[in-house]
Amino acid sequence: MRTAIVSRAIDPAALVAEASAHARGAVVLFLGTVRDVNDGRAVEGMEYAAYGAMAEKELAAIAREAAERFPAADIIVEHRTGRLALGEVSVGIAVGHAHRGPAYDASRYVIEELKRRLPVWKREEYADGTREWVDPTRAREGAGR
Amino acid sequence: MTITALLFASYADAFGLASVELALEPGARVSDALARLREMPGGGVLPAAPKVAVNLAYARGDVVLAQGDELAVIPPVAGG
Repeated sequence: MRTAIVSRAIDPAALVAEASAHARGAVVLFLGTVRDVNDGRAVEGMEYAAYGAMAEKELAAIAREAAERFPAADIIVEHRTGRLALGEVSVGIAVGHAHRGPAYDASRYVIEELKRRLPVWKREEYADGTREWVDPTRAREGAGR
Repeated sequence: MTITALLFASYADAFGLASVELALEPGARVSDALARLREMPGGGVLPAAPKVAVNLAYARGDVVLAQGDELAVIPPVAGG
């Protein structure tokens, strides 16, 4: 298990290699990337900010919980902060397991808990030059999913 | 006693501050610190019951604070 908040680019192949170290039989990779349209507005870029010390601690706790729920899973998670361009990877989750079911389930657990608990915020930069912190609790129906 | 309140994202923008020292009575709770923050310029941005963390762990409003505690007021998170 390894988790980190990083300010550099996330390398999906490196995450997969790390989660594959034990030749488990199944590896699931999830990538979150910067979307070009959110809530009907054209997005040109994104800035991620974190409460660093707590985010590190919370991300490790989430991965530990997933490892307890789905034993023998190898879980590698990185979340990026700073300015990201469209399509760049903001979060990468690689899970190795003997079987695909628990691998998918552990991956899903990590992303859902991370979205609920990780003290990270994102500010979207729009084509018209304005920018705004994203508030998922205010997202319009059908947006943000 | 003195605690440090941390503000992030939209809250930091509204206050124009990322952190502020608060002098509170001994025995003060998270809710007392939040009330103090609401009196400051920009304090109107805080919802009735914002998420908070004390010393890096999510905490409830009735938690009693201690000298030197770090109270983070957490806007709606948007990671992933």
